[in-house]
Amino acid sequence: MLDDFLLRAALAGVGVALAAAPLGCFVIWRRMAYFGDATAHAALLGVALALSLDLPVFSGVLVVALAMAVIVAGLNGRNVSTDALLGVLAHGALAIGLVAVSLLPNQRVDLSAYLFGEILAVTRGDLAVIWGGAAISIGLLVWRWQALLSATLNPDLATASGLNPKREQLILTLALAVTVAFALKVVGALLIAAMLIIPAATARPFSRSPETMAITAAVIGMISTLGGLAASFAFDTPTGPSMVCVAAVLFATSTGMAAIFRR
Amino acid sequence: MSLISAQNLTIVLNGQTVLKNVNFSINRGEIVTIVGPNGSGKSSLLRALIGALTPASGTVTRADNLRIGYVPQKLQIDATLPLTVRGFLNLPHRQPRTVVENALKKAGVGDLAKRQMVDLSGGQFQRVLLARALLNAPDILILDEATQGLDQPGAAAFYRQIDDVRREMGCAVLMVSHDLHVVMAASDRVVCLNGHVCCEGTPEIVADAPEYRALFGTGTQGAFALYRHEHTHSHDHDPDHDHDHTHCDGAH
Repeated sequence: MLDDFLLRAALAGVGVALAAAPLGCFVIWRRMAYFGDATAHAALLGVALALSLDLPVFSGVLVVALAMAVIVAGLNGRNVSTDALLGVLAHGALAIGLVAVSLLPNQRVDLSAYLFGEILAVTRGDLAVIWGGAAISIGLLVWRWQALLSATLNPDLATASGLNPKREQLILTLALAVTVAFALKVVGALLIAAMLIIPAATARPFSRSPETMAITAAVIGMISTLGGLAASFAFDTPTGPSMVCVAAVLFATSTGMAAIFRR
Repeated sequence: MSLISAQNLTIVLNGQTVLKNVNFSINRGEIVTIVGPNGSGKSSLLRALIGALTPASGTVTRADNLRIGYVPQKLQIDATLPLTVRGFLNLPHRQPRTVVENALKKAGVGDLAKRQMVDLSGGQFQRVLLARALLNAPDILILDEATQGLDQPGAAAFYRQIDDVRREMGCAVLMVSHDLHVVMAASDRVVCLNGHVCCEGTPEIVADAPEYRALFGTGTQGAFALYRHEHTHSHDHDPDHDHDHTHCDGAH
């Protein structure tokens, strides 16, 4: 039944949306939008590394994304002014990745596939990686949900309750790196951060608890994915960007409605 | 036996020595207030006592199975995080409903359980933080400038609440404060901190100071009044300073 490329694409997109949206909630609660960017952009460097070493792309991306995420998380804890530094890291990683890919010998790499994703070319093997990765990422979040939320609210409060905020941060970092690695194929390095942040931000006005926000974000992520896929098919537009466009329209609608209801 | 004690505690943050050779202890049921100018290491001391900071040298000893109720200096909840008061009190460990409601009642905000955290006023927010600290029936309540951002009546009402709570639960209270007149009324002991323990004593010693009485009122002036009374040397507000201050020890 997985012969149809559209069905595979839909399943891949839904898998990414399910994992990315709840994680995206933490990204915006902790104000780490750039953190997501830096990690996602580093993925491209991982692609270059994997191709030059003849390794599977997924593993290269996972290693580099994890390294970047750990570096950024470490900077975050040090109380240095990180905004500019994160900007440098996010865009520096992207640029170095682009250069590294272009320097690969005897490789004809389709750059746009890694930048914007190629969801329509998802294979059964890719599907297994995506759903496996999504299961790991969601599993980590569900397992540590209460602790992650506490550490997000206030690290000292978490410590006083017997938790280790650094450990929780590391778990979030791990989930982020895994998500970036398996989402690369679907939405590409440039738009992973969008799939993290936009559904979560869209869900905010309709949520009264962190749990409902995460679930609503996942539903909005799925709608964006499937809507974008349909739009891409109907109008012959690039699929990844179409999905982000649908998400952005939903965000605008949700924010607008919230503003009207509040009046 | 003391609930928490620190021996020769030295704390270095970002290469700066914020606390040097601090000795401190608090006993069961005692109310101790730490005062000192900005950057004097008050918060760092509290954070080291709860275990959130690792000392560069020295030790922190906590009684076995010590239950700490911690009220942080400030807690910025991002507006993007939807969270009810009840949800907040259920983090990180889910609590029975009655426990949550009792804690809220004790903190004087029994009717706020369903409200969103981001919609609370400053005074309500601090009381919710207090309620959270009371959940596990703490042996010691640790408050880090818990009245920051409250006006004078708000701060006074908050401290009355703490006093009620302490009478009811019998817990020790360790607080950092600028509101010295409240400190005078309630504390068993005042510890003056400026990178090191400048002096320590009963509030009566401090309360007798004519300078202090003259300046009875706003927090910052009160803090300086205490300083003028207890020390003849001048503080340069640099916690790193290491001048001699032996005459300060005569205060208690």
